[in-house]
Formats: sequence, structure tokens, C-alpha cells
Amino acid sequence: MTEWEAVIGLETHVELQTNSKMFCGCPVDFGDDPNTSVCPVCLALPGALPVPNEDAIEGILSIGDALNCTLTEHSLFYRKNYFYPDLPKNYQISQYTFPLCVDGRLEVDVDGEATTVGITRVHMEEDTGKSTHVGEGGRIHGADHTLLDFNRAGVPLVEVVTEPDIRSPEQARAYGMELQRIVRALGVSDARLEEGSMRFDANISVRPAGTEVLGTRTEVKNVNSLRSMQRAIAFEIERQIEVLESSGSIHQETRHWDEAAGVTRPGRTKEESEDYRYFQDPDLLPLQIDEAWRDRVVERRPELPAAKRARYRALGADQRTAELLVDAGDLAALYEGAVERGANARTVGIWLTGEVVRYLRSAGTDVGDTGLTAESLAELASMTDAGELSATAAKDVLAAVLAGEGAPRAVAEDRDLLQISDRSAIETEVAAVLDQHPEALERIRDGDTKPIGFLVGQVMRATGGKADPRMVQELIRGEANG
Amino acid sequence: MTDLADLTIAQARAGLRDGSFTSIDLLDAAQRRAAVSEPHLHAYLTIDREGAREAAVAADRSIADGDTRPLVGIPIALKDNMVTKGVETTAGSQILAGWTPPYDGTAVRRLREAGAVIVGKTNLDEFAMGSSTENSAYGPTRNPWNTDTVPGGSSGGSAAVVAVGSALGAFGSDTGGSIRQPASLTGTVGAKPTYGLVSRYGLIAFASSLDQIGPIAQTVPDAATLLEAVAGWDPLDATSFHGDVPAISRSLDAGVGGLRIGVVRELVGSGIEPDVLGATQATIDRLADAGADVVELSVPAIEYALSAYYLIAPAECSSNLARFDGVRYGLRVDGATTEEMMAKTRADGFGPEVIRRILLGTYALSAGYYDAFYGQSQRVRTLLRRDFAAAYDQVDVLVSPTSPSTAFEIGSKTADPYTMYLSDICTIATNLAGDPAISVPVGLGNDRLPIGFQIMAPALGEEVMFRVAAEVERGAAFVERAQLATSEVVTP
Amino acid sequence: MPLVLLLAAPVACTGTISDMPIDIDIARVAGLARIALTDDELAEYAAQLENILDHAERVQALPTEGVEPTSHPLPMVNAFRPDVVTGSLGRDEALAGAPEAEDGYFRVPRILDES
Ligand SMILES: [Mg+2]
Ligand SMILES: [Zn+2]
Repeated sequence: MTEWEAVIGLETHVELQTNSKMFCGCPVDFGDDPNTSVCPVCLALPGALPVPNEDAIEGILSIGDALNCTLTEHSLFYRKNYFYPDLPKNYQISQYTFPLCVDGRLEVDVDGEATTVGITRVHMEEDTGKSTHVGEGGRIHGADHTLLDFNRAGVPLVEVVTEPDIRSPEQARAYGMELQRIVRALGVSDARLEEGSMRFDANISVRPAGTEVLGTRTEVKNVNSLRSMQRAIAFEIERQIEVLESSGSIHQETRHWDEAAGVTRPGRTKEESEDYRYFQDPDLLPLQIDEAWRDRVVERRPELPAAKRARYRALGADQRTAELLVDAGDLAALYEGAVERGANARTVGIWLTGEVVRYLRSAGTDVGDTGLTAESLAELASMTDAGELSATAAKDVLAAVLAGEGAPRAVAEDRDLLQISDRSAIETEVAAVLDQHPEALERIRDGDTKPIGFLVGQVMRATGGKADPRMVQELIRGEANG
Repeated sequence: MTDLADLTIAQARAGLRDGSFTSIDLLDAAQRRAAVSEPHLHAYLTIDREGAREAAVAADRSIADGDTRPLVGIPIALKDNMVTKGVETTAGSQILAGWTPPYDGTAVRRLREAGAVIVGKTNLDEFAMGSSTENSAYGPTRNPWNTDTVPGGSSGGSAAVVAVGSALGAFGSDTGGSIRQPASLTGTVGAKPTYGLVSRYGLIAFASSLDQIGPIAQTVPDAATLLEAVAGWDPLDATSFHGDVPAISRSLDAGVGGLRIGVVRELVGSGIEPDVLGATQATIDRLADAGADVVELSVPAIEYALSAYYLIAPAECSSNLARFDGVRYGLRVDGATTEEMMAKTRADGFGPEVIRRILLGTYALSAGYYDAFYGQSQRVRTLLRRDFAAAYDQVDVLVSPTSPSTAFEIGSKTADPYTMYLSDICTIATNLAGDPAISVPVGLGNDRLPIGFQIMAPALGEEVMFRVAAEVERGAAFVERAQLATSEVVTP
Repeated sequence: MPLVLLLAAPVACTGTISDMPIDIDIARVAGLARIALTDDELAEYAAQLENILDHAERVQALPTEGVEPTSHPLPMVNAFRPDVVTGSLGRDEALAGAPEAEDGYFRVPRILDES
């Protein structure tokens, strides 16, 4: 039996959230009303001309920089010519030779195993309009007619193309997640797959493990979540292996992921091979990205997810906690705030990624809508570290704090949940219990440890459960051995 | 009494200023002239009576308040590939029949802001593709000097209305000679500015890297005035020149003493009609007499300009005209699918010359041919720019005939597209180089039809170009008017 | 300013055309250009194109090795607009020229040919 190896390359489109579109002054943030954010330029009225948005150029440079690309000094806009009704000019302004960013890499991690994915290029282009197919359940197949909304036409679009370095659906997903984190950290896009502001196309082929020649690839489109990307790739790999093992062959084609059926299906077959007749757009000037501009991009680079994770790990968070915190920006802010206030980073991490996340999930709310602040988190952490709250009591206090009932100490006092951690007070209670149970003390001294639990229980009962049980046990052992 | 339609812009401006007549009087005169000439010429596609009247009324009010801006109250016509808000704009094509734009192009907006009175939209070869104005979907325009002949093209309508006096000035667009060649054939002055000097925003694109809007007028000073009104950087056109506009009309009276003038050897040889060559030589002699230092020199790559042009322009047009697809505006021919609808719309909506160039350009850009055709043509362009640069190291301006012949008969060149293309042999090179050039009438041929003389200058060399043009104009003392513009024809 | 790079539009070299007979797959070209033509029309256009290209082939004669192509007549770079919203057309204005509109959308026939 042949062992198969998958070879996967990803093309990702990211919509930039600039104020205005790529080549005109229409707003990018438009409502649901169709054809309200359109003008002569993005509707391709006769005579209208494009002028590029400087901030969009800066946005793509920041993405390229974050992906360790070379920011090219000389770059050009091309026209990619093809007819489609959602493409107003019937050509897309894109890049071809000389894209803005080239030769980058992104490190991704699956279960602690790191892989470097090469980034071939990051280029600038413009989005198309949106089609609504009327009839037959809104699908393109069997539709009666199509309605076009050009609000999205001309929104700045960045395309990130990887080398075929990805070997598994899990790696593909990890790459997608990391890219999403990066563009969000840069603040250039909300990168939401469900809403189409981030879109993945996967080029997939398989080959016998250990061989170098690339097999025929298919391109899988139409995944609208990272989970469906992973599923689609897994399906496509299996499908290709099955075809090859039954002596069939793979056709180079575009396949669409059908989420409901969990399969990829062949897309529209084109009789003519694609011939985009690329040529340099004579309406646009060459781009010259000088050193000062490139330096500015690097200077403005925020702390990227990988660096942030490393910093949290250095503070004592484990890998999972670091990942979780970086992925949930609002929790990371609380984390950093509490640590700044002197709380133990490990304790804070455990509380945030454990109890707080559980609470937020079950309450279906964001941490910003709760009463938890960096201060109260720091207070809670130091109280538990000092043994002032039992684990159970701490959970109750946290729930009350989240519900906005006050600061941890105040809540604990109110509810009389503070542990007695005053050593002499507990010593008195321990001495009294031992006086009442001399036989138990004898048995412990004879090497039987069972009565320890019994004695601790007696002390806890006597203190109404507020004694620190660890201290009680320690004192009892001390008496027995002393 | 002079018919106001025969005035130059300079004369009309003086009369408006001293109160001899009003802008409404000028408009009435132009419209009367149109009423008489249009049945013979078909130079206008749209006459905007209402809009023009409103603008003239506003201009008169402004003049009364002391407004002396050069174009205030002056009746101007625009080639119908210039987008005008609220006024039908067709580019001479069936595919845009009835299209009323929701915006003004930048040049149009600047003219309105300058107080010009826009009288109407003039006929053109469909999408400016042609050299005779016979390719208009709305029928040809005729030459007011002889209505059996063409007015040249593609700005034939704009040239004809100026020649006949149904507008005091006009604008056209020049991609390979489309302002200069019709100016030459109609005895008017036509200038193609430096690429980027006038915004292309709102000019329906033919070939983006070559197209330029420019003026057509009766005189060189009028052409300078018109150009100054529209020239200058536009943030809506990324290719517009971001710098100081040349002092176009500053040196009109400076003469040519001490200027070095180069006669382009490649453009004064075979293929040029003898009487055109004769008029050209006479003009050159007068320039020498006026103190210019005249030399003959060579711009070798000019030999390849026409071939390169007929690959570059169609390539760009094949992409520029892709937007005419029946989806958002203009003609739609029904089809079962969108693809079929688009293909039928474009087949019916475009005329044969446009289809020919789209096919040629599509082919030239398609995989496997790109480098040999488009790429090679763009390299030829580099060589041409080098040759021009070398020439301008030696001389201030270059000169040649504008057109190899005077106006030809309607229908005489329509059978063979390539023969028609040869009409642009003298004008194309400057479009490829991006340089300015102007055509000035210098006499009549044996057929009693006008002959134009071309002056070319390096990029942004408009000042010296207009200076030489003004001297050519003075020397030629060309006073004849088109037959259709003379009083015995226009007076009922 | 490195003019050479500013004006450059390098593309894959596909050899010279001079030894390439001009043989146009006119139906494919018309398909790419989205123009529905009859067979007779196609044949006529093919003949005209071949004639024009016979003349245009002249450009092949010029040695251009090492010559960078010119894509813009003036060597300018970097024309940008600031990221500012400057307004849009009203929807009625946007749809005013539409051959067919429905509920604020442009309407076209179905996309796929499923006959
Ligand atoms: Mg793309
Ligand atoms: Zn817009």
C-alpha cells in the first residue's frame, strides 16, 4: 500500500477595513441597502478613473511586514481581464509581476510541532460586487436570474499566497488561524470568514510519501469557516487518494465545498482555458515604496501574536494559556493588567482560562460586560495565593465579582468566606480537638495516618469551615511528631 | 455687420467685456449658424439649448458684475466622448445610446466653472476610433469646406463646428492624431497637450496611455486660452501631471528669432501629397525668414510608430471597452444567460471598426503573443522616446505636415482599414512619446481644401510650441473660411 | 530615479513573432472579447486582422534587446488619494441607466448555461 502525502498551498483574500474603497471615495463600511455605496469609479461608468488609497497600500505593507516578507521597492498594478457580471470593469485591478510583498514566511504550530509556511507573495487588488441568485434556493445552479449589488465592488483586497508547504488539514487550519490573528493584531481587518472579509482557497494535491514530484492539483473554494476549511481539505485529500488508488486520475479543476453534504464538488467547467490577458494598468502609476516608508511600516508594527505568546510563556503561562489569552484579546488585557498590579501570572492565567472562560461561555457574554477588572482579578489571585480563600469559596467570590456584586475582598467578607489563616487562632482550635481525642493522636504516633483526616474534619467543623485545611493538617502532624 | 458666429474667442471676449453684445447674443449667433449648417454637416449629436441658455444668462449676469475671465460667456462645443452630467453622452456608439451621465468629467467641470457656455456634443468616430468621423453609429460628419469630403477624425464634429462657426471653440481628444488631423482637414487650429496635462477623468477611454483632451479653435491664441482653462493636476486622474502648468500663452508674440527648428526627415518624404509638401516647405521658409534656425534631422523610430500604435491602442481599448456589457448602463440585447446577453449586446452595440480593434487588441494581449506584440510595441515606444530626446537635444521644436493629404472623399478609405490608418502617419509618434503637438492651417491645396502644419515639442514644452505656432499663423495669414461658413451660404 | 525599473513591465519571453505564421483562432478571440459573431463575420474579421498584423509585424524588425518597455509616457510614480470618504451616488442615480433593475439591484439573466 502506498503511503500518501498531501501537498497544500493556500490563497487567502483579506478585505481591508479602510474608510474608503481601494480606488474611489465610497465608504467601505456600508449598510445592507444594495447599491448605495457606489460611484462612477466603482460602478465603472464610462470615463471614470481609479486612484489608489494610500492607507490601503500601507495596510498591505503592514501585512507583508508581519509575514516577514520583503517589501518591494518598485511595484506595479496590472489588469486581470475576464468577464463576470459582478466585476464592473470586466477587469480586476490586481498585481502580477512586481507585487508589493514577496518571499515571506509564517511559523505555525500544531500540537507543539512547528512548521514554517513560505509566503510566495502578498499583493493588492480590489473586491467584486455580490451576486444574489434568485430561484432554486438561492444557488447559482438552477437560478432564474441574478441580482447584483456593487457596494462591495472596489473594497481593498489583499491576497496572501503560500508556497505548497502545508502537509495536513490541521496545519492548514493552524495557518489560517495564525494569519487571522495577525491581521486582527495589525488592526487592518476583522478577518471574519462567515462574513467573507477573509476567504480561503486551497490548492491540494497528493503524492506518494517520499517523492518530490507534485501531483495534479485541485482548487477548493467556498469554505466559510476555518473548521470547514479543515474538513474540506481532509475530504479532498481522501477523495484524491481514493481516485488514484482505483487507478483513476485527478483533473485540474476548481471544486466547491458543500458544507451540508460534507463533500467537494466540481465547479463550473470552462470550455476556454483561463487567459487573463494581464497588462500593466495604464491608468495607474508605478508604486515606489521608498526606504522611509518601509521603515515607518516596521516601526508601527504592533506586538504580533507569536511575540505576545512568547512573552506570556516567559511570565509563566503554559502554551495553551498563552494561546488562549492571545486569541481572546479582552482576556489578555485583563491578564496584563492584573500581572502589572503584582498578581502571580500563573494564578491569573489559570483563573482567566478556567473559571472566567467557563462563566463567559455559559453566560454567553463578553468579559467587558462583566464586573471583572484587572484590579479585582489581581486581588482575587493574591487572596487565593495567600490562602485567604478556599478553592470553592474563590469560585463563589469570582462569580459574584463577574456578576458585578463588588470587589473580591468585600464580597468574601460580606459572605463570611475568608479562611482563618491566622496561625495562632488555628493552633488553639487544633489543641482543643486533640485534647478531646487523645486516642487518635496515639494512633498517629504509632504510624497510622488515617485519623489525620478525622482530626482535620473536627477542626474544620469547629471553625465553621473557615480554617485553611492545609495549615490544620500541618499543625496536627507537627503535634504528632513533636 | 459681422456675424457674431465668425468671431474669434479673443474678439468675442473683448465685445462681451465692453458690452457690445451679450453671451446670449453669441449663443444665438452660434445656434443660428448651427441651424443653417447642421443639415449639411451633422457635426452635433446633441445640442443642449436649455443648458446653454441657462449658462449664457448666468454668464451675462456675471459679466455685468465685472467677470473678465477668458471663457465666461463663450459658446463651446464638446466631443461626445467627454462625460457631461445630465446631457446624453454616447461616444458615437449605439451601445451608449440614451445614456445620461450622473457626473461631469474634470475638463467639463472646469469649463463650466470658467463660465463657458456648453452648446452641445459633437460627432466622432465611435469611441474615437477612426480618422474620418465616418465610423459614428449616428452617421458621418461632413467637411464644411466641401461636404463630399470627410472632416477628419475622430474629433471631426468638433473641428467642423469651429470651422463653420456653430461654436467659437471646441474640445476634442487625441489618441493618435484625432485633434490635429481633423483640425488640419478643416482649416482650424488643434492642439494635443503633453500627456497628463489635462485630466482624463470623464473622458471615455479609448487607449489610456495615449488619450489626451485638447482644444480646437480658429486661432492659436484661442487654442491657448481654451487649453489654459482645462490644464492642470487633477486628484481624480492618477496619470495627470502634478506640477506647474507650462505658461501656454505667455510667449505668443515672442517670435521665433533664435529658436532652432527641426524638420523631421521621415515625415516629409514619400506618402505625403505634393501640395501638402509644398505648403509645408513654404511655411518652413517663412520660419527661417522670421529668424529661426532650421535644420533637417531624423527621428528614425518614427518608421515604426504606426505599427506600434496599432498594437498598443487596440490592446488598451480591448480592456477599456470591456465595461460595456449591458449590465449597468447602455444597450442590452436579451440572452438566456448573462454571458449570452453580454456577447449579443456587444456584437450589436459596437460598430465594425470598434469590434475590429477589440479583437485585434484581445489577440495581441492573449497568452503567447503578449511579448511579441504588446511588449515589443512598448519597447519601440522607448526607442521612439530616445530618438525624440536626441532630436530635442539639437532643436527646440520639430515640424512636419499634420496630415499626408487634404480632406479625402467620404467612403474613399472605408474599404481597407489599413489605408485609413495611414492618415495618422504624421501624428501618432507624439502620442506614443507623450509629447505635445499642434496643427496650424497654412494654406489650401490644389483642391481648395486646407492644409495643416504640425509643430511638436518635448513634454511640457507647450510654451515654445505655441510660440512657434503663433508665428506660423502670422506668417501664413490664412484668412479663408469654409464655404459653409461664408455669409452668402448662411444668410437666407 | 531608476527610470528603467519605473517603466518596466517584464513578462515571460515568448519568442519572436517573425517566424510565427499569423494564424488567428478568431472564434477563441471573439469568445475572450465576449462578442457574438457569425461564422461569416468571424472569417471577415480574421482576414482583416491578418492584414493589419502583416503591417504591424514591422515592429518585429526593430532590434529591442535590452530595451525596457515604456508603459507611461511620463516617468511619474505614486499617485495616491488619502483614505477619505468623498461620497457616493444616490441609489436611484446609480440605477438610472440600468437596462434592468429590481429592488435596488441590477438584474441580469442567470449566470450558468443549463440548457
Ligand atoms: Mg486574487
Ligand atoms: Zn465608488
